[in-house]
Amino acid sequence: MKTIKVSVVTPDGPVYEADVEMVSAKAQSGELGVLPGHIPMVAPLEIGAVRLKKGNATELVAVSGGFLEVRPDRVTILAQAAERAEDIDVARAKAAKERAERRLQAKQDDIDHKRAELALRRAINRLNVANRNF
Amino acid sequence: MGASLRDIKARINTTKKTSQITKAMEMVSASKLNRAEHNARSFTPYMEKIQEVVASVALGSNDASHPMLVKRPVKKTGYLVITSDRGLAGAYNSNVLRTVFQTIQERHRSTEEYAIIAIGRVGLNFFKRRNIPVALHITGLPDQPTFADIKEIANKTVNMFADGTFDELYMFYNHFVSAIQQDVTEKKLLPLTDLASDKKLTAYEFEPSQEEILEVLLPQYAESLIYGALLDAKASEHAARMTAMKNATDNAKELIRTLTLSYNRARQAAITQEITEIVAGANALQ
Repeated sequence: MKTIKVSVVTPDGPVYEADVEMVSAKAQSGELGVLPGHIPMVAPLEIGAVRLKKGNATELVAVSGGFLEVRPDRVTILAQAAERAEDIDVARAKAAKERAERRLQAKQDDIDHKRAELALRRAINRLNVANRNF
Repeated sequence: MGASLRDIKARINTTKKTSQITKAMEMVSASKLNRAEHNARSFTPYMEKIQEVVASVALGSNDASHPMLVKRPVKKTGYLVITSDRGLAGAYNSNVLRTVFQTIQERHRSTEEYAIIAIGRVGLNFFKRRNIPVALHITGLPDQPTFADIKEIANKTVNMFADGTFDELYMFYNHFVSAIQQDVTEKKLLPLTDLASDKKLTAYEFEPSQEEILEVLLPQYAESLIYGALLDAKASEHAARMTAMKNATDNAKELIRTLTLSYNRARQAAITQEITEIVAGANALQ
């Protein structure tokens, strides 16, 4: 099976680097699958999971937005934060989820509300990825 | 004579203790500098990649335009100034603050025309004391900041440009050249003008469209530039503190040397005087 090099890079350093058979991610325009030999492309990502298929195994990486760049020989995902499923601190994600929920219940102006909503989505995403809920 | 001997001895002891502290601080800063350099290195791949993609997307076709790429008439300027939270770092903070202060005096007549975004307590206090408007500030950043630590302020800063609060944004910080040299740097952050990359531009497909990608890409790029500057500044801070503490330790050693010399002289003088007195006393008895 042909493979393609994938790297997930964040400002705090590379998170994931490997050769995989397929990359699928949730782009803003919908689910997106990339196989080796894809034409060069750029697409912004949603808060969600990136699935990396390698043989029979599928690895999950939680990303908080960012974007995906495809080149003939490699795929790069640039996100401001990304974690592999096994690196996720579940207790911390749960705490973040509760904090965001509390903030959403309190009446606040639009910007804070929006920020809390995003924080909640990121926390839920982390928990889902950690539990392999995809 | 005895009292002064004791005085000198006490001064030697206190100086020794101070030098032990400065020596320890020097070594702590050296290890922090090491880690800061490591952080800056792990940031490089991200920065290089995002720069490459931004250049490819923004310059690839000329019909793409985004408010962040366009110069507009300047009514208000933002200055992002990075200083440390604590002192004892030699001229690290004063160099940056002096440059910012001079620049502002040269470029602006009234406080309406600019505002400061302060990272670090020393800078914040400096501007507050001089009644210079501070729009945003953050203090208490860790020695090895992660992107999450400054995400909020970076995001707000970029938004202030997007919503028209500022029409241009500059960053002032100490650029890390080497462990013994840090240069104050002024960098134009927004609007993004020099995107040119020496790497080959790639022609991309856009999903969904070029405009929407720029909408996501450019703020993320601008925020990374801020984070990059912060990492650079942190490395400089540790280097500056290390050098300052090394100088302090060297000075203390020099001081101990001269004090020991005068201590020995004073002791010798006391002994000589005693002998003279004994001899004189013996002579008187004969």
